Amino acid sequence: METYLFYILAVVTVIGTLLAITEKHPVHAIVYLVTSFFSLAVIFFLLAAPLIAMFEVIIYAGAVMVLFMFVIMMLDLGRPDEATLPTLRQWLLPTFLGVIILVSIGSVAVSHYGAPSAVHEVSVKEFALILFQKYAVAIEIISMQLLFAVVGALYLGRRRTP
Amino acid sequence: MNYDPIDIALTLGKIALVFFVILTMAAYMVFAERKVLAWVQDRKGPNRVGPFGLLQPLADLIKLLTKEDFRPIGADKWLFYLAPAMAAIPAIMIFAVIPFGAPLTLFGHTVTLQVADLNVGLLLFMALSSIAVYGVALGGWASNSKYALLGSIRGLAQLISYELSMGLALVPVVMLARSFRLSDIVNAQSGCWFIVYQPLAFVIFLISIAAECKRIPFDLPEAEGELVAGFHTEYSGMRFGLFFVGEYINIIVLGGLAATFFLGGWHGPWLPPFVWFSGKVLAFAFLFIWVRGTLPRLRYDQLMHFGWKILTPLALINILVTGWWMVLRG
Amino acid sequence: MTIIKDIYALLTGMWITWKHIFRQPVTIQYPEEKRQPYPRYRARIVLTRDPDGGERCVACQLCSAACPVDCISMQSAEGEGGRRYAEWFRINFARCIFCGLCAEACPTLAIQMTPDFEICKRDIMDLLYEKEDLLIDGCGKSPDYNFYRHTGIGVTQPRGNGAGENRPVDVRSLMP
Repeated sequence: METYLFYILAVVTVIGTLLAITEKHPVHAIVYLVTSFFSLAVIFFLLAAPLIAMFEVIIYAGAVMVLFMFVIMMLDLGRPDEATLPTLRQWLLPTFLGVIILVSIGSVAVSHYGAPSAVHEVSVKEFALILFQKYAVAIEIISMQLLFAVVGALYLGRRRTP
Repeated sequence: MNYDPIDIALTLGKIALVFFVILTMAAYMVFAERKVLAWVQDRKGPNRVGPFGLLQPLADLIKLLTKEDFRPIGADKWLFYLAPAMAAIPAIMIFAVIPFGAPLTLFGHTVTLQVADLNVGLLLFMALSSIAVYGVALGGWASNSKYALLGSIRGLAQLISYELSMGLALVPVVMLARSFRLSDIVNAQSGCWFIVYQPLAFVIFLISIAAECKRIPFDLPEAEGELVAGFHTEYSGMRFGLFFVGEYINIIVLGGLAATFFLGGWHGPWLPPFVWFSGKVLAFAFLFIWVRGTLPRLRYDQLMHFGWKILTPLALINILVTGWWMVLRG
Repeated sequence: MTIIKDIYALLTGMWITWKHIFRQPVTIQYPEEKRQPYPRYRARIVLTRDPDGGERCVACQLCSAACPVDCISMQSAEGEGGRRYAEWFRINFARCIFCGLCAEACPTLAIQMTPDFEICKRDIMDLLYEKEDLLIDGCGKSPDYNFYRHTGIGVTQPRGNGAGENRPVDVRSLMP
């Protein structure tokens, strides 16, 4: 039953992502992308990674996409008629990157043929130990970057005295 | 994987029970709110339909179902129809992880009175409450009305701001219980409720959930004085009803979560666990209604200032102090 | 400390609303319990009669002119001896705002306000009150007043003959 569920969710994810890319209306694109994130989260859940699943929803669907939506609504960007198709030059780099991703997915799929199997559920504790002990330095560097971003935002949004 | 049919039946039974109880409670929350607000304002409240007006929710339901289902010109059809469901469904789904009673033994099976005992229950709550933001945002945006749009922009900013302080207020609870699993959190409070250790986190959580279910003094997304009805201005009939009931389901669910995280869930002396749990939930519901009868609405800049510059730093300091305390205690 | 003061203020408010929960409601449950309005309450309009039983109204149109929503209309006619009366008199209560300006404008005290406020009808045309609906058998608030005793009827009566009326002053002589 989990296998069927996986394939259904995979189809939903792929279709949702494709529609999010091709949809001209930004708000509709966001809704499709959120759908795809949500089914992706359920796939993570089926693959015995509940923590990743929850973070997927909390961070991507619940925070990042909400901020996108906020910006679209605040700046009145929801005008599908003004959107134009990207030119050939703009297509070049995404196509190149897409080919790389497809080739790597293909090679992984060929080497690990078969349905995904859930063997070992990663508990919160293991996850935390790996994240904050093994990769502690990387986490610190990333959080420093976030701190820079916060300071930058504060600088940009400061009250200018005349 | 093998499934025991009795287990499946029990789970379905629990889901049906939770749905029934939550929806009935939400309908009667509307009634209770009208009654208590009336008493606060020296009025009588609804008392015409049935004895003491007890059939008022039924009358409201019939009214909402028979009203015209209206869609404004220029509204985004699918999102307009989708938004009320997105507001109400996550609120009900959160209740799946709340333990509402001590485990029972039925047909030789131990039945936990909880629909899903996930090991990431607390995170599921955070995830679903962040999904519930979309109901407000899409509903207001899809209505093609300036009041609704203003309401939903306010709602978006308010909900994501107060989700932060809500999550941070829950971190000390997780630190004390050493688990994200809600049944573990409840069991960790069998001796002493967490409100004793974490009064500050409790206050922050309480304020944040008041903002999260858009209640006075944080009802800026609706703000009937300035924005007609905020994000659900253009809705009518049962679609408005879904927004409305979703709000009350939210109150019940968030009250249940506050009881679970800080007031020991179903733990309590003498009375049966289920009674304790529902008593705590109803006490929170009453508190929300009482606060609504008392306090005025905040201004928008005050709301943002309070959330980002007071609650969030306080919650962070609280986490630090709790961490130090736990390290010192060993 | 402002924060302690603020929390105290919040708790005071909560305490006051808590006390009000247990207070007796001030609601009057209308169709069952009715409130008796004061005698000078301004509600349904009536046309009164003078102490002799005649109509007071002289169809002078002053009430109609004073009415801010133009809900009064009438047709004047003359009876025997120049006595004016209203041939028909109509008040549209669907429009009336019960401001009382007509009653103040009325020189003969014919048009008066009563405390009867229960004028609801299913059909809006039922709120058009004709003269027969408006006329009551009584003098209303000033039982002794009879306009014609003071003024006489028409201009056929010599001046200064009415009750309580002085002789006309001869403006050419300065004698008292």
